[in-house]
Amino acid sequence: MSVLVNKDTKVLCQGITGSQGTFHSEQAIEYGTKMVGGVTPGKGGQKHLGLPVFNTMRVAVEETGANASVIYVPAPFCKDSIIEAAESGVSLVVCITEGVPTLDMLEAKIAADQNGIRLIGPNCPGIITPGECKIGIMPGSIHNAGKVGVVSRSGTLTYECVKQTSDLNYGQSTCIGIGGDPIPGTSFIDALALFEADPQTEAILMVGEIGGSAEEEAAEFIASNVKKPVAAYIAGVTAPPGKRMGHAGAIIAGGKGTAEDKFKALEAAGVTITRSPAELGLAVKQATGW
Amino acid sequence: MNLHEYQAKALFKSYGMPVPESIIAKTGAEAKAAAEKLTTDRVVVKAQVHAGGRGKAGGVKLVDSPAEAEEYAASMLGKQLVTIQTDAEGQPINTMLVEETCNIESELYLGAVIDRASQRVVVMASTEGGMEIETVAHDTPEKILKASIDPLVGLMPYQCRDLAFGLGLDKNQIKQFSKLLGGLMKLFHEKDLALVEINPLVITKEGDLICLDGKINIDGNAMYRLKDLEEMRDKSQEDERELRASEWDLNYVALEGNIGCMVNGAGLAMATMDIIKLKGGQPANFLDVGGGATKERVGEALKIILSDPAVKGILVNIFGGIVRCDLIAEGIIAAVADVGIEVPVVVRLEGTRAKEGREVLDKSGLNLLSASDLGDAAKKIVEIVGDAS
Repeated sequence: MSVLVNKDTKVLCQGITGSQGTFHSEQAIEYGTKMVGGVTPGKGGQKHLGLPVFNTMRVAVEETGANASVIYVPAPFCKDSIIEAAESGVSLVVCITEGVPTLDMLEAKIAADQNGIRLIGPNCPGIITPGECKIGIMPGSIHNAGKVGVVSRSGTLTYECVKQTSDLNYGQSTCIGIGGDPIPGTSFIDALALFEADPQTEAILMVGEIGGSAEEEAAEFIASNVKKPVAAYIAGVTAPPGKRMGHAGAIIAGGKGTAEDKFKALEAAGVTITRSPAELGLAVKQATGW
Repeated sequence: MNLHEYQAKALFKSYGMPVPESIIAKTGAEAKAAAEKLTTDRVVVKAQVHAGGRGKAGGVKLVDSPAEAEEYAASMLGKQLVTIQTDAEGQPINTMLVEETCNIESELYLGAVIDRASQRVVVMASTEGGMEIETVAHDTPEKILKASIDPLVGLMPYQCRDLAFGLGLDKNQIKQFSKLLGGLMKLFHEKDLALVEINPLVITKEGDLICLDGKINIDGNAMYRLKDLEEMRDKSQEDERELRASEWDLNYVALEGNIGCMVNGAGLAMATMDIIKLKGGQPANFLDVGGGATKERVGEALKIILSDPAVKGILVNIFGGIVRCDLIAEGIIAAVADVGIEVPVVVRLEGTRAKEGREVLDKSGLNLLSASDLGDAAKKIVEIVGDAS
């Protein structure tokens, strides 16, 4: 078991003939992901990377029976692509693209919710179930199948989680990069609920960062709904207020969204916290007693 | 992207929102001419910088004559304004806003922001105008009225009435408020605002509403479709190094410490700063080189880090994902040789072909110390910089 994706997940790539879509689809195929085709309007009927290309998501889903899609189209077109995917019949949409306007996301998120689909991202590394299915830009080779569910707002910090839990031979059940934008398709709470219900996941490692209140909300959820051990780290203790730290969502505004507040909330919820990004694996060890 | 008050008010005006008559001045003489042209006896002269707290910092003055307007504007232009929201250097004053005054009966607050928790645009209104809304929210949260806007439906007339009644407005003012808020929401959506504040929104003694100040922050991700606003960008208000970094698509934020950082990924870049602090050092900057850490970008990143004279050592932390570490190592070596770095550099490479990358660094003969993991890397650079100073 795992969450959201596994060896049977059939994936379409929106923007497959572009440079990003091409490169990462090749990597996904190499990893063993069941890529079943792609969509580029106007290039329907062609073959790319040995896969059929379609003009629209609707036709692509009808023809391939895909149940997931990954989006690599440029930011100005992401709202359209997300909504097209949401209405095409797939159940999972992963948007990798960075730079989607926030107002576009407010509307795209509603379309995703109304159609009952799970949207991950945008501005995220994607999702991977080691050894089974890789959807996104993460390096497949560092992952190992195992028992820790990883959820993070940051890409490279997710890799840090993976390395450190691999070094301790715990492995990962599924890793979800929820992305660094203010309006993410999937929240910490969504991911925590999925991991809590997944038999393969025995512990959860979550990595948050400054900005917004998603970690505080997650802490509240953990206190009443999560029985599995949870370890957490928050990036940005040293970040100055009012400055956007790379991610669109990583900003301390009006005194809200500090790392300290988030650490406090998580600690109060019984989460094992670590203040060192070099001790993410150790925090899982402490949380679980492994 | 932030706008100046005068730019925000020009946008308000174009969306049918009431603002005082005003003229901008770049010189003392222009301020005098502006004061002569305006029709009120007293005018207010306001320094235009990207920071709040201007009034308390001496950046706003009520004057009684054009001569006084000229004198004050001339004394401010070309100077730096230091407010509680700026750093110690302050922000350069290149423009003054000369504006008509009005008879203030009371001051309200009106603002809108994208609320991350509810995933909606939320309008906030309060009778406590003129105060920091954060202070009001903390001390007297019951005095903040809110309306949550459905992205698909938009602002409804009842929401305007609801807020207006809550603010205690009279019949005529409710009409004015509804029109004003309608304009504000249209502006918010058409110009991709991230935040807008009218503080204060004034009720005049004559009973009319007028926007006496304006603060606008625009979603940087939407700039591609806001060409008209791109022209309003005032680069003089931005940090020089941050500006230079943005031209290379690098994310850089200056901090107070002496250990420069170069990292791939925003989260890891913050984590690198945090661990330097945790090991007893002080980070000099946040810098995310992004996924495509090419030789040119790495070189430019190092130059920007070194342009901060406080930097006594550099920590390079790269978790190679799709990018191979040995290629990054070669990029670092080329950049170091090219830039001519004299401070110690600790490099931590992890991920794809990290071992080969470390070997390349070790064989380079350059003053590069490779580290085995993040904790080790931070410990090393903190020790070296600590010993040196």
